[in-house]
Amino acid sequence: MSGSAPTTTPIAGVEPRGPRPRPFFTPKKIMLYTTLVFFSLYFLFPLYVMLVTSFKTMPEIRFGNIFAFPGQINFDAWVKAWTSACTGLTCEGLSPGFWNSVKITIPSTIVSIFIAAVNGYALVNWRFKGSEIFFAILIFGSFIPYQVFLYPLVMITRELGIFGTLQAVIVVHTIFGMPILTLLFRNYFASLPVELFKAARVDGAGFWRIFFEIMLPMSLPIFVVALILQVTGIWNDFLFGVVFAGTQNLPMTVQLNNIVNSAQGTPEYNVNMAATVLTGLVPLIIYFVSGKLFVRGVAAGAVKG
Amino acid sequence: MADTAVHTGEGTGRAARPGLLNRIFLHNLSGKIAAIPMMATVLIVFIGCTIWTIYFSFTNSRLLPTGKFVGFDQYERLFATSRWNVSVTNLITYGVFSLVFTLGLGFLLAVLMDQKIRFESAFRTIMLYPFALSFIVTGLVWQWIMNPTLGLQGTMRNLGWEGFTFDWIANPRMVLFALLIAGLWQGVGFCMVLMLAGLRGVDEEIWKAARVDGIPTWRTYISVVLPMMRGVLVTAVVLIGSGIVRLYDLVVALTNGGPGISSEVPAKYVYNYMFSGGNIGQGLAAATMMLLTVLIIMVPWAYLEFGGRGRR
Repeated sequence: MSGSAPTTTPIAGVEPRGPRPRPFFTPKKIMLYTTLVFFSLYFLFPLYVMLVTSFKTMPEIRFGNIFAFPGQINFDAWVKAWTSACTGLTCEGLSPGFWNSVKITIPSTIVSIFIAAVNGYALVNWRFKGSEIFFAILIFGSFIPYQVFLYPLVMITRELGIFGTLQAVIVVHTIFGMPILTLLFRNYFASLPVELFKAARVDGAGFWRIFFEIMLPMSLPIFVVALILQVTGIWNDFLFGVVFAGTQNLPMTVQLNNIVNSAQGTPEYNVNMAATVLTGLVPLIIYFVSGKLFVRGVAAGAVKG
Repeated sequence: MADTAVHTGEGTGRAARPGLLNRIFLHNLSGKIAAIPMMATVLIVFIGCTIWTIYFSFTNSRLLPTGKFVGFDQYERLFATSRWNVSVTNLITYGVFSLVFTLGLGFLLAVLMDQKIRFESAFRTIMLYPFALSFIVTGLVWQWIMNPTLGLQGTMRNLGWEGFTFDWIANPRMVLFALLIAGLWQGVGFCMVLMLAGLRGVDEEIWKAARVDGIPTWRTYISVVLPMMRGVLVTAVVLIGSGIVRLYDLVVALTNGGPGISSEVPAKYVYNYMFSGGNIGQGLAAATMMLLTVLIIMVPWAYLEFGGRGRR
């Protein structure tokens, strides 16, 4: 593995050793690319299988070759997955779940990002005694398994009269999005020059004016990162949806699982796979459109504490 | 702490020292108001709910959390339940394999990606996209691929390879490895990205020095670069570890705990006892054991990160 430290400037009088113009097909290179291609096939295989299965008809699937390309591209399974597949008791397809997920994701994302931005701003610029301790517990708490909080939160949301509604799911997502997002914003605001803040203070600007007129306009990059993190995270959630949403408001992931893993009838694999692709579509689109920003988002999400 | 910060006393001025009440409540009032959601989350959810869960795990609550105090009864019952013990064994087995393979493959792929290869961004895109997908989607795709009659096994047999067997999903002894294949598919790319960032952070000079000393490349990776990536490694271990303890969606989608109870996991045990088994005390005791597990993972980490700093 020689590529990582190329000798760029040869020291005067010393000839660089080894063959200089390396041919592309060295055994090492072949090994390297073979390994990478092998792993790429492992990563791509399920996506391929999902797609081809969703375009097949059931007789074609029973014929039994999951690799095979569909003889004729057939959209019936997609239509059925969207409009009439049975999820438990109702047979309306995934579309209600899709809209529930939208109704959950949009407010949860907006509310949690706004709260976290204000939290982070207060933590950096308006510190008070004890704020660091609260923050430390917040970050530490984000590692505790959700199962520990689940039942007490059911009781609290029941007391508030929102259990079994979309509001309950939104509140829970806002709560559990707080640690990572607050950390993100705190670190970002801490990296901004403090002179800006001081100058605004001298000019008599207050808490909210500084936030809205100075801090927010400067923090677009971190907002995008937070947005990606939250939208994909909330869209992909299963546990909170299944516990807090109530049977009428199930998000798409829960509906999908109900379609595929319901016991009655012969499973329609093409419909199942079309439904699976449909559910994965939103995060996949975000992933491909945002490109490097997604990587930055998950990396920022990873660096806790 | 507050004094070393940018001084932001709200209205109180520096001439007259504010009274005690003032200092607690009115000093920097806006900052405190802004932090209310965070403080409420910490106090009510992270502290309050944890204490509530631990307290009621010592009661015999069944349909409602109103039972009376029964000491360690729930815990004795928990560890006498084969389903729980299977869950714990599964989690440990899955966890060890998942941790080793995620880190190992993640590091291997990061090293390969760090060789100034062509199409680097294409390879990275391919490896990371499963991470954008939910565990439910991951579980359902692999459930289809591993379907014994129509999936990979059926296809191979149809193609004339009669003896081909890949029935891990239906085989109680192998089902955890079916979970592992799907779990690795989803998570290895993320580990690779973390590790790649770590590798790129290593100073080029180190490589030059190692080359001058004639140390083989693989030795340099193991003995020099890996220790230098300690921060990234710790982050990866903690994230993978806390993800393993939470393992739930993937099991529900891929195997739903089956065949039999051979792929049950603690998170599923908790859910089932709380929300469908109507035995809340038992569910809370199991949740408390999960909490304890995470503390056992977290405390050494917190010690290394914050307590042990003086040693270096």
